[in-house]
Amino acid sequence: MRKRRGGLLAWGAGLIAVLVLVALAAPWLAPYDPAEQIDPPAALYRPPGTELAAVHLKNGDWRLADRLRRTSTGLEIERLGRMESLPASEVANLTPDGVADRRLFLLGSDRFGRDLLSRTLYGARISLAVGALSMVLALTLGVAVGSAAALGGRWVDAVLMRGVDALMAFPWMFLMLALAAFLRPGTVTTVALLGCTAWTSISRLTRAELLGLRNRDFVVAARAMGQPPFAIFRRHLLPHALTPVLIQATLLVGNLILIESSLSFLGLGIQPPTPSWGNLIAEGRETLIQAWWIATFPGAALALTVIAFNLLTDGLRDLLDPRA
Amino acid sequence: MTTFLLRRLGASLLLLLLVLTFLFFFLRLLPGNPINADEAQRLTAEQRQKLQRLYGLDRPLPDQYVTWISSLARGDWGTSLSQQRPVSAALWDVLPATVILASAALGVEIATALLLGVLAARRRGSALDHAIRITTLLFYSQPLFWLGLMAILLFSYVWPVLPASHMRSVDAELMSPLGRFLDLLRHLVLPATVMGLGTAGATARFIRGSLIEVMGQDYIRTARAKGLSERRVVWVHGLRNALVPFTQVFAISLPLLLSGSLIVEVVFSWPGLGRLAFQAILTRDYPLILGATTLSAAVVILGSFLADVLQVLVDPRVRDA
Repeated sequence: MRKRRGGLLAWGAGLIAVLVLVALAAPWLAPYDPAEQIDPPAALYRPPGTELAAVHLKNGDWRLADRLRRTSTGLEIERLGRMESLPASEVANLTPDGVADRRLFLLGSDRFGRDLLSRTLYGARISLAVGALSMVLALTLGVAVGSAAALGGRWVDAVLMRGVDALMAFPWMFLMLALAAFLRPGTVTTVALLGCTAWTSISRLTRAELLGLRNRDFVVAARAMGQPPFAIFRRHLLPHALTPVLIQATLLVGNLILIESSLSFLGLGIQPPTPSWGNLIAEGRETLIQAWWIATFPGAALALTVIAFNLLTDGLRDLLDPRA
Repeated sequence: MTTFLLRRLGASLLLLLLVLTFLFFFLRLLPGNPINADEAQRLTAEQRQKLQRLYGLDRPLPDQYVTWISSLARGDWGTSLSQQRPVSAALWDVLPATVILASAALGVEIATALLLGVLAARRRGSALDHAIRITTLLFYSQPLFWLGLMAILLFSYVWPVLPASHMRSVDAELMSPLGRFLDLLRHLVLPATVMGLGTAGATARFIRGSLIEVMGQDYIRTARAKGLSERRVVWVHGLRNALVPFTQVFAISLPLLLSGSLIVEVVFSWPGLGRLAFQAILTRDYPLILGATTLSAAVVILGSFLADVLQVLVDPRVRDA
C-alpha cells in the first residue's frame, strides 16, 4: 500500500512538471504561431494528421495544396478540389520535385485554418498562468482574512467567518456568472474573479492553524518577552501556519483551472483570440459534428491537467494523513 | 429537539439574509450597472438620469437595500427586462426542468457511488479498491461541459441512439402520455449521466470511508456472530448505519449539482434555471440575474437545513443531544 500511495504523488507531481514545462516551452514546441492564418480557405477544418504542401509566392502570399506536381513551366497544385497552375516565376520556394515547405496539422485545424496543436499548447500557458495567479490572489486574501479573524478578537472573528459562510453558501457557478455579468470579461477580470471567490477555504484553514498555534509555548514566551503583536504574528505565527496553507493553495490550482475553463467556455472568461482551453472547446462546440477534434483535444488536455492536480492532492493527503 | 431545530432554522434564515446582503452590496459596488452598460453609451446624460430615477438607482445605497430586501420578502422579485414579466414567474417556469434534471442526476450519482463505494470498502486495500479510487478521481476531474460534448458526439452522432439536446422532441405534443414520458427519459439520459458521474466520485469515496468505519463497530461483529450472511451484514447492518452521515452528502452535493446543472443545461440546451441564468447574463437582465442567484443560494441553504433535520430524524444520538 505504501508504495502505491507514493505512486499517486509521483504521477501527479510528474504530470504537473511536464505540463508546466510544456507550457513554458510552448513558443519552441508549437509548430506554428497560434494565431497564424495561412491560406484559410484551403486550411480550415482539416482533420488531425493532414499534411499540406506550402507554396510561398513571391508576392508574399501563400497557397496550401493537397497535392502538387512539378511541370516544365512551374507547378500544378490541387487546392480546394481544383487544379491550379502556378508559373515558376511566381513561386519562391520551388525545388526540383516540388516546394520546400509543408504544413502538418497534427491535431487538425480550426475554422480559420489555425493549427490546433499550437493553440492547445499556448492554451496551456493561459490556463496554468491564470490558475497560478488566481491562486496567489486567493492565498493573499485568504491568509489576510484568516489572520484577522484569528487574531482580531471575538467580533472581528464572528463577522468575518459569517461572511465566509455566506460566500460558501452560493453555488459558485451562479456567483461567478452574477459577478462576471457586470464586469468586462478578459484575462485580468478572470484572475480577479477566481481569486476573489476562491479564498474562503484558505481563510478557514489559516484561522484554524493560527488558533491552534496561539497558545503554544513559543508564542506565549514571545508574548511574555514583550514582543509587539505584529512581530509575533510575522516571526512566530505565520511561518508555522504557512506550510499547510501553502499546500492547500497549491491544490486549489487544479480546481481554479477547471473553473476558468468553465467560465471561458461560457464566454465570460478568457476572450478569443487569446487561446484558453475553455474558449477553444467553446469554438469546437459550434462545429462538433463537422470538426470533432477542435473540442476534443483541448478538453483532453484540460482533463489531464485537472487529473494531475487531483492525483497530487490524493497523494499528499495519504502522506500527511496516515489514517486514510 | 425542537429547540435545536428552531435554532438551526434561525441560523439558516440569518445566513440567507447575509447572503442576500452580500449579493446586493457586492454587485452594487462593482463598476458596472444596468444604466452605464456598453449598450447604453449612446444615452444622453439626461436620459440616463431619468432611468436611474426610474429604477431607484439614484437613492442612497442603504435605502435601496431596504427596499430590495422587503420586496423580496413580499415575493416581488422585480420584472425581468428581457422577458417583460415578473422574475418570480420566469423562475417558476424553469424550476421543474431543473428539479427533474437534478433529481435524475442525483439518482445516477447515488447508484454509481453506492456500487463503487461498497465494492471498494469490502475489498479494502485490494487492487479493485485502488482501481475504484482512480476511477472516482477520474470522475471528479472531468470538465462537465467537455464530458457533455463528448457524450453528444458519441451517442448522438457517431452512434446515434440518444437526442443531443432539449427536454422534449418537437412532436412530443402529439404523443400519448406514456410516449411523452419515455421521450423525456430519452432526453434525460445524457445530461443526467454526465452530471451524476461528475459528482459520483466524491460521494463514492465518502461512502467507502463511512462504511469502513462502520464495519469496525461492535454491532457488526454481533451481526456476524449471529450467523447472518455477509451480504446481509454489509448491505443492511453496515450500509444503513454508514448512510446516516449521508444526509450531509446531500447537503454538500446540492451546490455542486446546481453549479453542474448550469453548465450541463447550457451544453444540452436544457430549459432550466441554469440556462435561464446564463441567458439573463447574455441579455444583461439585471433583475433576473439577481433572482436566479438568490434562488440558487436559497435552495442551497434550505438543502443544508433539511439535511440537518433529516439527520436529527435518523440519528438518535444527535436527536437526544
